[in-house]
Amino acid sequence: MSDGAAIWADAMIAAALAAIDPAAASVLLRAGAGPVREQWLELLRELTPATTVLRKLPPSISDDRLLGGLDLAATLQAGRPVMQRGLLAELHDGMLIAVMAERIAPSTVAHLTAALDTGMISIERDGLSLRAPARFGLIALDEGIGDEHVSPALADRLACHLDLGMVARADLGESLFTSSDIAAARALLPQVGLSDEAIAALTTTACALGIDSLRAPLLACRIARIAAALDGATDVAESHIACAARLVLAPRATRLPAADDETETNEASEPENDPAENEEDDRSEDGPLEDRVLEAAQAAIPAGLLKRLQEERATRLRSSSASKQGTAQKAPKRGRPIGARRGEWRAGARLNVLETLRAAAPWQPLRRRAQRSGKSGRLIVHKDDIRLTRFKQRSGTTTIFVVDASGSSALQRLAEVKGAVELLLAECYIRRDEVALIAFRGKGAELLLPPTRSLTRAKRSLAALPGGGGTPLSAAIFAATELALAVKAKGQAPTIVLMTDGRANVARDGVGGRSEAEAEALVVARQLALTGIPVVLVDSSPRPQDKAAQLAGAMQARYVALPHADAARLSQAVMAEASRG
Amino acid sequence: MGIAFPFAAIVGQDEMKLALMIAAVDPKVGGVLAFGDRGAGKSTAVRALAALLPPMSAVVGCPYQCDPADAAAQCAECRARSKPSGKAKKPAGLKAHQVPVPVVDLPLGATEDRVVGALDLERALAHGEKSFEPGLLARANRGFLYIDEVNLLEDHLVDLLLDVAASGENVVERDGLSIRHPARLVLVGTGNPEEGELRPQLLDRFGLSVEVKTPADLPTRIEVIKRRDAFETDPAAFVAHWEKEEAKQRKRILAAREHIASVKVADRELENAARLCMALGTDGLRGELTLMRAARAAAALDGAKAVDDGHLKTVAPMALRHRLRRNPLDDSGSSVRVERALNELFAT
Repeated sequence: MSDGAAIWADAMIAAALAAIDPAAASVLLRAGAGPVREQWLELLRELTPATTVLRKLPPSISDDRLLGGLDLAATLQAGRPVMQRGLLAELHDGMLIAVMAERIAPSTVAHLTAALDTGMISIERDGLSLRAPARFGLIALDEGIGDEHVSPALADRLACHLDLGMVARADLGESLFTSSDIAAARALLPQVGLSDEAIAALTTTACALGIDSLRAPLLACRIARIAAALDGATDVAESHIACAARLVLAPRATRLPAADDETETNEASEPENDPAENEEDDRSEDGPLEDRVLEAAQAAIPAGLLKRLQEERATRLRSSSASKQGTAQKAPKRGRPIGARRGEWRAGARLNVLETLRAAAPWQPLRRRAQRSGKSGRLIVHKDDIRLTRFKQRSGTTTIFVVDASGSSALQRLAEVKGAVELLLAECYIRRDEVALIAFRGKGAELLLPPTRSLTRAKRSLAALPGGGGTPLSAAIFAATELALAVKAKGQAPTIVLMTDGRANVARDGVGGRSEAEAEALVVARQLALTGIPVVLVDSSPRPQDKAAQLAGAMQARYVALPHADAARLSQAVMAEASRG
Repeated sequence: MGIAFPFAAIVGQDEMKLALMIAAVDPKVGGVLAFGDRGAGKSTAVRALAALLPPMSAVVGCPYQCDPADAAAQCAECRARSKPSGKAKKPAGLKAHQVPVPVVDLPLGATEDRVVGALDLERALAHGEKSFEPGLLARANRGFLYIDEVNLLEDHLVDLLLDVAASGENVVERDGLSIRHPARLVLVGTGNPEEGELRPQLLDRFGLSVEVKTPADLPTRIEVIKRRDAFETDPAAFVAHWEKEEAKQRKRILAAREHIASVKVADRELENAARLCMALGTDGLRGELTLMRAARAAAALDGAKAVDDGHLKTVAPMALRHRLRRNPLDDSGSSVRVERALNELFAT
């Protein structure tokens, strides 16, 4: 059986599991729209009993459609608040198919996860308070390419993770199950028992695969149960556990149990050894079971996954703290609208007509009565009804140049940097990005150019940049970090471009001494790495030296050796990094 | 919500459980913030709290569950009703009944009018009456208000909640209404730091802050899964199985509440607390105050007569870790810094 066929077989099992117990066997399906995905959905539809409601969730659904809220038309007509039920409430015991799941808005994700966790929806909005049961299965169709993924909070709660990217049309086989199988399994499910050994095996496997979240083994336990019911068994057997491990645990693996990396093996083997020593007798039997489950899970881990995961984790570690989405600007007046807010209509604020009318609507009969003379049919809007649109701006990039202006060779460098900054500025003008400049020489670092978009200001301050003196590298890195954090706090994404030969000889307190200064620079560089801000280190020494490379390693920077850089090449290198980060 | 997972059956999470119990003993401690990994059981612990807490006596028909014995904390209506009967301690005008301590969920999409309360639309439209429809803050009076994903909540709502929690009173000035009612509640916020941080200005308004981690060792993890699986298979039987343990914890809270007023804090411990805060450079005096309150509650939970170093040590991380001034270049986490300061303080 080819890889694709094996994946398809698992996918068919997952479809059957989802049909048996939608709420427990939710599925994350990563595949482009195409015949393979269509066939899978078709299969799911065939297997799902006709009584189960299947609904589609568009990625841009509004909160009141999702959860329920005021029905504007009915409210106006009836003259009293009329509720409309949301998608989730209509769906009780049904199945929700989320298309383009990787684009679901964060607030929608939050509602979905809350509903999945509690099996309820609770609404406190539009002057209404409502709780409704909402136990539903979620099939998230992830059409992301490359870096696009379904929100981790949602993915964590979805049981089976499938990737049909490898499946070709030739791999598609006949359905393994019929709807009568599903009906039988549904009836059998409540009686299926799960042994402690099975739970232990799944938890151990999750641990060995480096899965932190406890939801994963829990979901695996449920999947094992359903798999047993599908098999017509009342007890979960090894094959069912293996199935759960393949579908739930393998796709979440963050490391291989027998990784070559030394530290990883240590971590992985420790938890396995300890209990084994303590409870030798108990475990002599289920030890092999765990191993076999692990093997099954391992076999299902696609080749190359681990490498990809490690890369991903590295980028995630950086991006989590450098989060571009982290700090949104206070009240921008342009960008993407993110809902409405009540407030005063002042200059600059954008009125949201629909929300304003919606706010005014329920009051109309009352206001008409109060305003007896008013003509009927006219909408009476009060100041309280005014709703303003709120916006979220896409954060721009700020490139912070940190230039070594020390010594004699720097003079030549400075001319290059000046050229590069000007080139970047021209490009930034188009991209709405900003540039800042810090120079360091003598006893300290100086912010020559605060973040700006102004071409003329930049040119003026660059022209006045002097050279010569010692190399206070640590002070420069510190100043750059501070500026980058300040920029980040304003909602922009900073990138630092550090141009130096890495040969520090002045410490932060202004005292000379090469070895101390270099050690201090490395410490500060490591601290900069912790902030997760992307850094490009441009080695400006005539011949590349390992000092600068070392420094780049410490700050997890991209190292570019440009002994004879011209301004154009430098700006190209920086733009490449900025667009990557 | 159905049946909640029993509090006593939660494996590990000692710090989180202790923080919640401290808040239950002394609500004045000022809210609990729990940040941690996905799937670590933050929400489970908070939802379990509702079932654990002993019921309280409240005025019948009062939308704010006023305490019939505490006139100072009553809403205007209860106070007015209790007046005519004069000086009697528990006036005849107020009938009391036992109600569960409210643990109110604040859903993420909640709008301001539902949180603070607003004009009662139904009555306004049907009868043309101006009446106040109490919001979530009223429902949570004398109880807990639980905000999942507090870091994703809109800033103006978080501001409002913290303000109400600090003042113990909800002032409504909207829709032509002008109303104030008691809202003495404990805020419990949880969140996942990966999904966005809480503004530092808001951080130190929470009294206690705990870091929740997924248990790292295998036997604990297996135990968690086993219990959760057993609970999901048959919730009622599982809850019945844990009822005894649950009752024990409940008794502990009740005993601690009675006992807390008599717990003594020696000058030496006050000095230790002040020294600790100074060493850590926490801003203002809120750190010391919370530290002492929490330590006293911890002592009361232990049944101790006075606060000792041990209590101080136990609660110091949760009372102080979110108050440290952030040094963006210090690679060690704030928990480590508190730990370090504690070791230094008690070593000398």
